[in-house]
Formats: sequence, C-alpha cells, structure tokens
Amino acid sequence: MAISRQDVLHVSRLARLELSEAEVEKFTAQLGGILDYISKLNELDTRDVPPTSHALEITNVFRKDEVTDSPIGNMEGMAPSFFKGHFRVPKVIE
Amino acid sequence: MNEIVSLTLHELGQRLRARELSAEEAARAYLARIAETEGKVHAYLSVLEKEALEAARAADRRLKAGENGSPLLGVPVAVKDLLCMEGTRTTCGSRILGGFTAPYDATAVALLKKAGAVILGKLNMDEFAMGSSTERSAFGPTRNPWNLEATPGGSSGGSAAAVAARSAAATLGSDTGGSIRQPAACCGVVGMKPTYGRVSRYGLIAFASSLDQIGPFARTVRDCAIVLAAVSGHDPRDSTSADEPVPGYAEDLDAGVKGMRIGIPREYFVEGTDPEVEAAVRAAIRVMEGLGARAEEVSLPHTEYALPVYYILAPAEASSNLARYDGVRYGLREEGESEYGPLFGMYAASREAGFGEEVKRRIMLGTYALSSGYYDAYYTKAQRVRTLVSRDFQAAFRKADVILSATAPTAAFRLGERMADPLSMYLSDILTIPCNLAGLPGISVPCGLTSARLPIGLQIVGRPFGEREVLRAAAAFEGATAHHRALPPL
Repeated sequence: MAISRQDVLHVSRLARLELSEAEVEKFTAQLGGILDYISKLNELDTRDVPPTSHALEITNVFRKDEVTDSPIGNMEGMAPSFFKGHFRVPKVIE
Repeated sequence: MNEIVSLTLHELGQRLRARELSAEEAARAYLARIAETEGKVHAYLSVLEKEALEAARAADRRLKAGENGSPLLGVPVAVKDLLCMEGTRTTCGSRILGGFTAPYDATAVALLKKAGAVILGKLNMDEFAMGSSTERSAFGPTRNPWNLEATPGGSSGGSAAAVAARSAAATLGSDTGGSIRQPAACCGVVGMKPTYGRVSRYGLIAFASSLDQIGPFARTVRDCAIVLAAVSGHDPRDSTSADEPVPGYAEDLDAGVKGMRIGIPREYFVEGTDPEVEAAVRAAIRVMEGLGARAEEVSLPHTEYALPVYYILAPAEASSNLARYDGVRYGLREEGESEYGPLFGMYAASREAGFGEEVKRRIMLGTYALSSGYYDAYYTKAQRVRTLVSRDFQAAFRKADVILSATAPTAAFRLGERMADPLSMYLSDILTIPCNLAGLPGISVPCGLTSARLPIGLQIVGRPFGEREVLRAAAAFEGATAHHRALPPL
C-alpha cells in the first residue's frame, strides 16, 4: 500500500512528532513497505471471528473506593517546570 | 574469572545460607566482575555500587540472624532499565528519560528486595524495548559476550549479556514479542516469559500493555525457576495481574518428561532458518524422546500472520502509551515553535529530541493504524486474527502438553547487519511473537553452538499458567545435555 508524504505529515502531527525532512522521506518509504507486509492479513476472512483485546479473560477488576497514599512523593522534583503546586507549560491563551 | 561469580544462583544461595560466604563478599566479587567485563560488553546502564553494598550488608544481618527461607537472600542480581527502582536513574534506554529518577519501586523490584536479593544495577535495552538487538539503545549497544562483533539480541540484550558474562547471578527483563527469549538464545542463557499476568507490571515502563510481561534470565533452569517464583503473584496495583496461586516452580523440576506429549509445529521450520539451528532443534527433539517424551507434529496454521498482527497491535498500543512523554510532568522538555502555538511546539520538540528513530517509526505506524478511517481495517482486523492465533494454540494443546521449536531462526547477527531494514529486524521474532499474542508461557534454553561458536536457543511453550510443565521439560533437557555449561570466551 502506497503511503504519501502528506499521510506521513498528517500522522506526524497527530502523534505530536516534529520530523526532520530526512525522516519524512525515510518513513514515507518504510511505512509503505511495512503496511504492504501487514496487508497480508486481508487474505483471511475474519467476519465471524471476535477480536481479542486481552490475552486473559479478566473483566471488571474492582477495588474499594478508598484513598491510599500516592507512591509519588516528590512530583516537583521530577517536573521540568513546576510552580506553586502546578506543572508549568508555555502560555496557551492570550 | 573468580570462583564466586562462576557459581550458579542456587549454589551461591546455598553457600550464603551455610555462611561459608558473606553477601558482601558476593556483591564485591560481582562488582569486580562488572569492572572487568563492562568495557567490552556494556550490559549495564548504571551500576549501583553503594546501594548494592548496603543491601548486601543488610542481607548479611538477616543471614547472621539465622534467616534461611529465601533462596535469593544475599544473591547479586540486576534488572532491565525499564523497571522503576526508587531513587535510581531509570531511562528505558531513551534520551527522553535520560534524567529520570524513579520515585518508587516496581512490584517485581520490591519483591526482589523483599527476598533479600542485592540489586547491582540497571541493564541496557533497545529504547522502550523496541528492537531485537539492543542497538536501539540511546546509550550505545551491548555486545554479545560470545562474540563482541555480534549483537546480544534484544530488546533485553543487557539482561542476557550480563548473565552470559557472569556479571550478575540472574537478571530480570521484559518480553513483548520475544525480548526475553530471543536474547537468551543469542547469549546462551536461560530466559523465560511467563504467562501474561503472572508477574505484576506495576512500575514496568509500558510498551504494549496487552503483550508486555516481566521474566527472569539465569544460567540454569533451576535458577530461572527460583527467580520466577520470587517475582510472581497477584498485585492489586496491576489490574491485569492474574489472581492465580503461585506453585513452587523450583520444586518438581526433576520429575522428568516420561509420557509428556511434545508438539512440534510444522510451520515453525520457517524459510530462512539456519540449517545449523534446525539440526540443533531436531537433535533436541531426539534427546526429549530419549527421556521418554512423545514427540508429535502439530499445526499452528496462522503462524505466518502473527508477525503482521504484532506490527499493528504493538505499535498501536505503544503510540498510545508513549503519548505520556510530553515534556510536562517528567522527562525531557524542549521549547519549540509551531503553527499550532507554543504548547504544541513544546510537545513536538520534546518528542523529536527525546525519541530515537525506531520509536518514532513505531509511533507513526501505530498512530496511522489507529487514525480515523483506518481503525477497523488495521487494529480491529489484527485483533480478530489474534483470536485465530490463540485458537491455533488451543487446538495444538489438545494434542500436546508443551510445544517445542527454535527460539529464533538464526543465531546472533552482526552489529549493524539489520539496522537499515526494519522488516529484517522484525523477522528475528517470528517464532516468539505468537506466544505473546496468545499470552502463553515460553522459555529459551541453550541447545548447542553454531560452527561460528554462537549459541542456539530451544523454545518450549506451555499452556496458560503451565509454567511448571515448561520448566520441567526445560530442566529435563538441560539435565541430559551440557549446552548450558558452555562459557563465552570473555
């Protein structure tokens, strides 16, 4: 399946990746090749086969609605930029 | 090589409990071995000398007080650098986490500590566990102790190489599509991926959550069983963790395989299998038959579809899991400009600077497969075929108790050999991926050397939660052969 340069640019925006020009070119060719390989799945008729989303049949794992201690004591220490109990990001509104 | 590091984990534990040796002496012997081998192998991303010596002295106090219940008490081990360990740098092999210090212990790490194991350090890996050679680490490749020009396999290449180099008594890795078994095969050690849900994934940096599983590397099947028993069990902090009892994995290893039915999938002698690998596997089947097992051909007809299924599901799950690296709460932040404003610019610049090529390729692939208009054609389609792959195994396990094959179609490849072509790298995992899709336990044990003196791995796969049968079959094979005693020329 052919994948265009426009497809690659569109997907890179969705994924919040800022690709270099060299990467755009490389991925356009490589993703097309990988998608060709993957299209092998179309050989199979799967209309009556249910999808598997999980290897084990576990559903609805519940716990008591109780507050427990956060394992993360020092969020400020991990954050690139922290201000008075908040993560600071570049200004998004004027 | 000093005598202490040449002991198996089991032997070392016995000496420690008999107090013929202190945990501090054992830790110092391993730290010396690390200093001796790391310049060549580069299995470690960080060595925790101070923490290890403190933990060893604490283990000595427990041993001195007469404690002898834990087979890991005082034993030096190491863990793949995607397991959080409180207060230590945890990079996942990525620049984006290059400066990240884990704020808590992964459950598997906490269980090792509780058992008294001494954690020597954190091991190298392909970035975010995406790769089959450890060449995708942002911090330089690990080399195969058997041949320094060869890769150790991957993504848990550091975990496999450290065991082969005798720079840890055992290690933990993770396996999403073969990342424990394939490097174990490449480095001539034992490596096991347990049933999905057997070991808690809490504190494991996520790659593909429906496939990821933590497991041990060791020199012998017994050592592997000891470590697996220590880290297994239900964990309320991981909702996918299985609430199944943990049997004594090391207890009935010697029960033998008389009457065990061994399935040989006809589809697993794939095109491109090295004739030396095939010969070693055929010889292994004869060994098992000689021990009283009954070998029988089985069919896993959807084998050829497993790799394309994996290369939709794993990148799709990864693209979602890796969305958290946005430069806001932790990890690398870079400022950037964009037509969509400075916040978008910051996201994109941080991710561009922090992620390596293979990670970006998979995020792109996964985002494409999940994007509007393609979701059913790719993601749902792959989930449906995943069901067919699982059904193949269910049918095969009506005829067989375990399934035997090569772990990988070839022995370790040369550094650089598969870097230019992503598909050729992906094909390294063609025999290990089906087992992840079906959530099954699988082990790789050494079954010979090629004429170039590179190790070959034998894979044994069992039913869900059939770890005991898998370990018993592996122990029987190991007991009848000397392959696991071969040492790399390091």
